[in-house]
Order: sequence, then structure tokens, then C-alpha cells
Amino acid sequence: MADFMAVLYFQEMRHNPADPDWPERDVFFLSHGHTAPVLYAALAESGYFPTTELATLRALGSRLQGHPERNALPGIESTSGPLGSGLSQAAGYAYALRYLDKQPDRRVFVAMGDGELNEGNVWEAAMFAAAHSLTNLIGIVDRNRIQIDGDTEEVMPLGDLAAKWEAFGWSAIDADGHNVQSLLSAFRRARAADKPTVLIAHTIPGKGVSFMESDHRWHGRPPTAEQRDQALRELELVL
Amino acid sequence: MNDGMVLAAAQERSAEPIRAGFGRGLAKAGEQDSKVVALCADLTESTQMHLFRDRHPDRFIQVGVAEQNLVTVASGLAHAGYIPFTSSYAAFSPGRNWEQIKTTACLNDRPVKVVGSHAGLNVGPDGATHQMLEDIALMRSLPNMVVIAPADSAEAEAATLAIAKDPRPAYLRLARDATGTVFAHYGEFVIGRAVQLREGVDVGIIATGTMTREALDAAEILMARGVDAGVLHVPTIKPLDDEAIVELAKTTGLIVTIEEAQRIGGLGSAVTELLSEHRPTPVLRLGVDDRFGESGPPRAVLEAFGLTAPSLVDPIVQFIERTNRTG
Repeated sequence: MADFMAVLYFQEMRHNPADPDWPERDVFFLSHGHTAPVLYAALAESGYFPTTELATLRALGSRLQGHPERNALPGIESTSGPLGSGLSQAAGYAYALRYLDKQPDRRVFVAMGDGELNEGNVWEAAMFAAAHSLTNLIGIVDRNRIQIDGDTEEVMPLGDLAAKWEAFGWSAIDADGHNVQSLLSAFRRARAADKPTVLIAHTIPGKGVSFMESDHRWHGRPPTAEQRDQALRELELVL
Repeated sequence: MNDGMVLAAAQERSAEPIRAGFGRGLAKAGEQDSKVVALCADLTESTQMHLFRDRHPDRFIQVGVAEQNLVTVASGLAHAGYIPFTSSYAAFSPGRNWEQIKTTACLNDRPVKVVGSHAGLNVGPDGATHQMLEDIALMRSLPNMVVIAPADSAEAEAATLAIAKDPRPAYLRLARDATGTVFAHYGEFVIGRAVQLREGVDVGIIATGTMTREALDAAEILMARGVDAGVLHVPTIKPLDDEAIVELAKTTGLIVTIEEAQRIGGLGSAVTELLSEHRPTPVLRLGVDDRFGESGPPRAVLEAFGLTAPSLVDPIVQFIERTNRTG
């Protein structure tokens, strides 16, 4: 997920860390709010707030709440955590831009987890976006195949995700979620689509850390200090 | 009473559904402010949103039978600078989408207006699934949320205009069946202000929504039985008009609350919570007592639940006698 967030914040999206409410910005909704640390890192590295503040994550009084809160930090467009409601908010914003504000150049992005697609609210929003031809709306699904209780295909099989989205009237693009060129190409295709577009970013959870890769038990568990140091050493070798 | 507010005298009273006032108010709000938009979940005429749709078609958004989507799309529109009114039956919104209202409207602090039509027992024949009785408790518990239950269509119209201008998220509780008018004329609706409709010293009746008409009629019957009851109408259940309620408790020493909703968590709870801390006073809470509704003609269902003027009187008289004996 960090890879496509980096592509979004440092390449694809138009935004201004010095003016978070810049009226010409693209808008990003993080729907699966539990991945807040990735968003916080992207915002801090972009310059929305000091990177030194990242270490206060989840501490009492910190602006880095356990799940992102709109009023807590600059750059957070909407509060999220309870799953399934990011796409519909993004669709509401995209509707306003397309039909009420008449600002066709601005786009709305929303990141979702794959386990999150169990939620009915997502598919209500998918129907809505297709019905209103929200071509300025781009969804990104982190297709990492894990959710809290295990493999997504065992907990509640998602099957052929691209076919599901296409059946709901969307353009669906599969991409290698760890390959910057693949992601950039997918975003270029999204710009050209005449429907709302979803990027299915195929990813490996914990990629680059030997003891974390594809193990769903790391979904919500923080590493010990020792495990953290080892993980950082392994990631530095990759870089 | 506000400037311009006039109680309907007996010969001036008619009956109209409270939701009709909302429909008129929303169409007017749309004229006053181009940022007002309306979203409906496949119940456009039932909720009276068609009046807005017909006048402002470019600002009406159909979301289909999808109440979670209804309020979250609205939250996105609010984020983009609009003032979205959402409507469905109260049983479904906020009945089904409470978490989305909490997170995306209240925690985000966006001016999403949740309009729950067909609340209470007075949807009659539809029965328990559609008789929303828990909405006041649900919505009152949310930080930032304003909760309003107008007494009649004139007040609903004024309240709609008021919440369109207010930056907070709001819940507007409406009823389906035609109910008796309370106001012949209505001035400006002031959020958070209770309205003293009748002076009285023996007991203070506090009512909201459809029950305010019943409370006024019950007070007439009570007077014939020698009880001089005051009636305070509380259209805004949150924020509550603390001062007016404490004042009524001081004047009468006995309080009765009436609502067409569950007693648990509703207006009676709000009044009791306030008085227990600021002016301990015996309170009789009349409403639905921890049970579901049932099918029947609206007046018959209300009668069966003790929520018509004639059926309210005996419990109030008994409460006064019991309290005076023990007091």
C-alpha cells in the first residue's frame, strides 16, 4: 500500500501541503482508516506536518489518532475507520465537482481494502457512481488478500474482482501494486476512461520483511522493538 | 412565544401531515441558498422532497434504496461545500445508517441534515418494523447533532429553514399521518428554544412532536377536572432548553413528559437527566414503554398506547395524586 500511496502523493495527485484546502486540489479519501500510518507518512513526507510527529502515533493528545480524524491533522479530508463508507463520500464529492461546481479537472481518489469490500455500502456507492457517470472518481483497492480472520478467499471470497466492478458499470484495471511503472500506467488509463475507474493494486502485505510477508496475523499487531529493527534492516537492504 | 407565533384557536385548527411543512420549507431553503441540495432514497413523494425536486431538479440526487449511501454521499457533498438534506423513513434513516451518521456527519462535523419521515406509531397499518420509536435516543446520543421534532407542519417548515442555515448536522423528525395544527402562524424557528404554550401551576407538561397537540388537548380536559396544567413545547430535544425546563419545574413542582417514542433515551430521559442534576422534581415519563408497536389505524394504535389526549389524562391525574400523597 505504501507504494501506491507514494505514487499518489508524489506523482499523480494535484495537492498543496502549504494549503491543504487549496480549492483546485484533487481530493483523497482513505476508506480503510486502520491503514492511517501509511497516510500519515505520506502526508508528513509531503510536508503537511513534521515527520518527527509520526512517532506520536496513537499517543494520548496526539494529532495522529488511531484512525484518521478530519479535524485532527491538516491534509485529512475525512474521518474514517468503520469500513465501507469512503467510496460513497468520494462519490458525493465527485458528484459535486462534476455536476454542481462544474470543475471537470479536479479528481477524487479513494483507497479501499479488499476485505472492506465485504461491506454493502461499497456496492451501493459503486452503483451510484456508475449511474451518475462519475469519471472523475478513481478507486484503488489494496488487493493484499488478507483480512483480520485470514485469507480473503476463505473468510468471504471476492473472486474475480475486476469482473465484479465491471459488472457494476466501472472500468477496472489490474496493476502490480509494488511496481511504480505499472501503477503510473494504470493511472494514465484511468484518466482516459469514460466510466468511474477502479485500480486493483495487487500487493503482498508486509512486502520486503521476511517474517511478515503475506501473514494475516500482522494485520493489526505492532512489532516488538526487536522485530521493528529487523524489519527496517531488511527494508533498507531492498532500497 | 416568538414574534409572529400565534397559537391556533379551536375554530382555526385543521389537520395536515408534519412532513408537508418540511417539503415546503426545503423548496424555500433551496431558493434562499443555492448550496442546498437534496438526496432521497426512493421515497421522494412520501418524504415530500418532490417539492424541492420539481423546483430545483439540478440539485436533487436520487440514490435508490440505499440508506448508508444516502448519508455518506451527503457527507461528501457537505465536504465539497454543500448543505445536503437527506430523506427516507426514520425506520431506515437513522434506523439503518446510524454509524455512517456518527462517523461521516458528526465526527467529521459536516452540515448533513437527516430527515426521518414517518416516525412514531402514526404510520399505523405498516406495523412495528416501520414505526420508528428509537430515533430520538439514537440521535440524541451523538455529539454535534441537533435533534428537532416539530409539532405541526408550520413549525416543520420554519425548522427546515432554520437547520438549512445552521452549520451543524441535524436530525428532523417527521410524521406521516395528518395531525392537528398547533400554530396558526409561526415566526422564526430558534434552534434550542422551548415554547411555553399554556400557563399552569399544578403540573408542567413537556411535550415534543405530535404529542404537543395531544398535550394541549389533555390540558383542556385536565382543567375541566380541576387540574391547572402548564404546557411547554420542546421542539429541540438537543440542545435542550435547560432554562425553560428548570423554570417550569420551579413553577409547578411536578413534571410530565410526553413523546411518541420509546421512553428509554427520549425526551423524558433528557428532561430527567437535566432535572436530577439541577432541580430534582418528580417526573412522569409517558411514551412507549420498552415494547414494539403494532398495526392498526393510526389513532387506534396511539389510543392503545395511551398517547391520545383523553388517554393521557388519567395517568397524569393519578401521578399528581400519588405524588401529593407521598410528598
